[in-house]
Amino acid sequence: MAVVTHPTTENVVIKRPVRDSAFVRVSRYVLVRLLSLFATVVIGIYLTIVIANMGGFVDTIMRGEIRDRVTQGIINSPSAQLMQPEVRQKLIQDTIAAEEDRMGLNVPIAVRNFRYLSNALTLQLGRAFNMTSDAGSKQVRLILLERLPATLLLMGISQLFLFFSSILLALNLSRRYGNFWDKFVVALSPTSAVPPWFYGIFLILIFAALLKVLPFGGMVDSPPPANAFEYSLSLLKHLILPTLSLVLSSFFLSIYNYRTFFLIYSSEDYVDMAKAKGLPARDIERKYILRPTLPNIITNFALLIITLWTGATITETVFLWPGLGRTLFQAIGLYDTPIIVGSTIIYAYLLAMTVFLLDFIYSIVDPRVKIGE
Amino acid sequence: MNALKNFTRQLLYYPSAVIGTLVVFLLVVLAVYAMIKIPYNEAIRLWRGGEDVWYRNPKFAAPAWINYFSREKYAESFAVSTSDGGIESEVTPGAEGTATLLANYTFDFAYDTYPQDMILYITSSYAEKQPFLSIEWMTPDGRTIRVANMAVIQNQAYRFSQDEKLKLRLKSEDIIAALFSDPETGSLIKGPYQLLITGTTFEPDSKIDVEFVFHGQVYGLAGTDQARRDLVVPLLWGAPVALTFGLIASVGSSFLTMLIAAIGTWYAGWVDALIQRITEINLVLPFLSILIMIGTFYSRSIWVILGATIALSIFTGAIKSFRSIFLQVKESMYIEAARAYGASGSRIVFLYLIPRMIPLLIPGLVSAVPAFVFLEASLAVLGLGDPVLPTWGKMIDDANRNGALYRGYYYWILEPTILLMVTGLGFAMLGFALDRIFNPKLRET
Repeated sequence: MAVVTHPTTENVVIKRPVRDSAFVRVSRYVLVRLLSLFATVVIGIYLTIVIANMGGFVDTIMRGEIRDRVTQGIINSPSAQLMQPEVRQKLIQDTIAAEEDRMGLNVPIAVRNFRYLSNALTLQLGRAFNMTSDAGSKQVRLILLERLPATLLLMGISQLFLFFSSILLALNLSRRYGNFWDKFVVALSPTSAVPPWFYGIFLILIFAALLKVLPFGGMVDSPPPANAFEYSLSLLKHLILPTLSLVLSSFFLSIYNYRTFFLIYSSEDYVDMAKAKGLPARDIERKYILRPTLPNIITNFALLIITLWTGATITETVFLWPGLGRTLFQAIGLYDTPIIVGSTIIYAYLLAMTVFLLDFIYSIVDPRVKIGE
Repeated sequence: MNALKNFTRQLLYYPSAVIGTLVVFLLVVLAVYAMIKIPYNEAIRLWRGGEDVWYRNPKFAAPAWINYFSREKYAESFAVSTSDGGIESEVTPGAEGTATLLANYTFDFAYDTYPQDMILYITSSYAEKQPFLSIEWMTPDGRTIRVANMAVIQNQAYRFSQDEKLKLRLKSEDIIAALFSDPETGSLIKGPYQLLITGTTFEPDSKIDVEFVFHGQVYGLAGTDQARRDLVVPLLWGAPVALTFGLIASVGSSFLTMLIAAIGTWYAGWVDALIQRITEINLVLPFLSILIMIGTFYSRSIWVILGATIALSIFTGAIKSFRSIFLQVKESMYIEAARAYGASGSRIVFLYLIPRMIPLLIPGLVSAVPAFVFLEASLAVLGLGDPVLPTWGKMIDDANRNGALYRGYYYWILEPTILLMVTGLGFAMLGFALDRIFNPKLRET
């Protein structure tokens, strides 16, 4: 996920007009920025809610489902078989009404959308319609929390490895511009056009189906080993293929992007100057190349942290990995609006917070950037 | 003309560009061939067809060419019929309107595996008296096995493997294996096998036609799937679908992004502010989830998904990078000159700003194609592919659903994935090379 953004001129305004005091300037900026970010989140979430309800279309599906489920449940229960037909019919009608009430289907869709919106914004994630956590809870919060470790483990390992290894390798390559490994990486960078789940299929084919050394999917052996050491060993074994496919699919492009980026910075005059002064290569790298690229590297890192939350929907689905991405996909399949909205609002808040914080971090790492100018 | 020659020379300088161009060209040829060979309606009919269309094919059969690479030779499928002369047959009239049909089919069986099944499809016409049929099987070692004697109805399928009486007679649960092996050693016998069908009709206009369908272990160029469909159909038709989806989505979203960025920068003010806000909102929206929702709740038609993809891909980070370049271009002298002689806003946007961006646009556009091609495949793998069209992604989805990887039907997964991979890599390589040709700054460093 390493998107190297080239420095734009926007942040590097060097005008020096008559200035307010720093405090007024910063607080005005913070206020405006927070308001606009909040408005963005509100509109984004509202749109997601409207789409998740498909303008009431989902209601029709859900009503049908409730009717089916309740009728089947009551007809099949032994106690209901002893009832009079009218009593049973009444019971069915009442249960359907109660169930529709529980899902809020009797409230007009527009009102319901706003109710979802205000609940989402205050992080009252509510209860899922159909999904339950493995522990049996219908609380959206608990369902998401239960799946979070799996996603954090998978995405964390693969994305952090990608991030650090590609920066290190890129620095190395930018020093040896034009040698065999440099050309090798450049030649292989188109491999990142292929998404991770695709490599996943190949890896499953080779390591699970043909060589039979690694599992096809899932997170631990079934039944899960009782002993903690064996458990983590089994977890590790299941982790290899999904991690490898996530890493493989962005590895070369990520190195290539950072390498090009570092090359641009290492062709600056002040780098030549430093070289002419005879500074050691390590110092040049640290102080003259890495330092000015720090804002971009931090941006990439921050965005990476956010992607940890979204998970990798299709890769998780292909590897049957019980993470957030797959949960979201399952939730959509079950028309479970609360989970869709819950997952989206957390992503939106994380994104907004990151964008907000990045402005401040820029002004700390880059002395040319002044907040609110 | 000179510029074009120059450009071609530069293109040839990059091996990746040559390979990329070649791949894209071959894909276009494949797509055109597919559309000519199997017209759209025919492709849909075949892809949606059930047993009536595909009854001649075995299920889960690997492509026939694996026999070239495998030491063990798998039985190939075929189907022959008396109606088209594939089976030699002779009708001899008898007394009182009766007639005798003698059909004889000999085939050389030189494989190391038993076939999946053998079926006789018998069609007959009669008014009252049902024709009678007896089937005999002659093995290379000279044994003659009486398979079945039966009165036939108008349309009848006789499956060798399902005949309980034959099971008793052969003293074997697996009829097909018993028919092809030595009864003492149980080993497979290679050589010419003969199927002898004798039919008797009892009315003057009564007729019998027999089709012998041999379901081997391998079939055709690409193999078959769980519905006996020939996988050549989705493999061929996947090319035009992938190209159409990838190119339209990529061209559509790139051009619209650029156009909107140009308009925003030129008119500035609230237009620009609005575009910036929409971009920020769009970043909050979960792209894949929305597509999944549209696919699940609304429509799985490829055109709806295509529209949604383009709409969601317009206001992305790309609009910001276009904007920052347009801001620089806007200050250049030739724009000022245009403004001085009174060019209108739309004239400047369309004839002065946008053409300046084409060199930057084209590499990005080509590089973006794989992402969209794979997006279509990804949605199909999630079970949200177009329900009507045969595509590569649908094939992978079908294969996954039927446990192709677990059950060893590797051809089923490998064929579409390799084609997708080649497509993706081809466009990506071309895009990378174009990027270095159009933006030489990257090449110098």
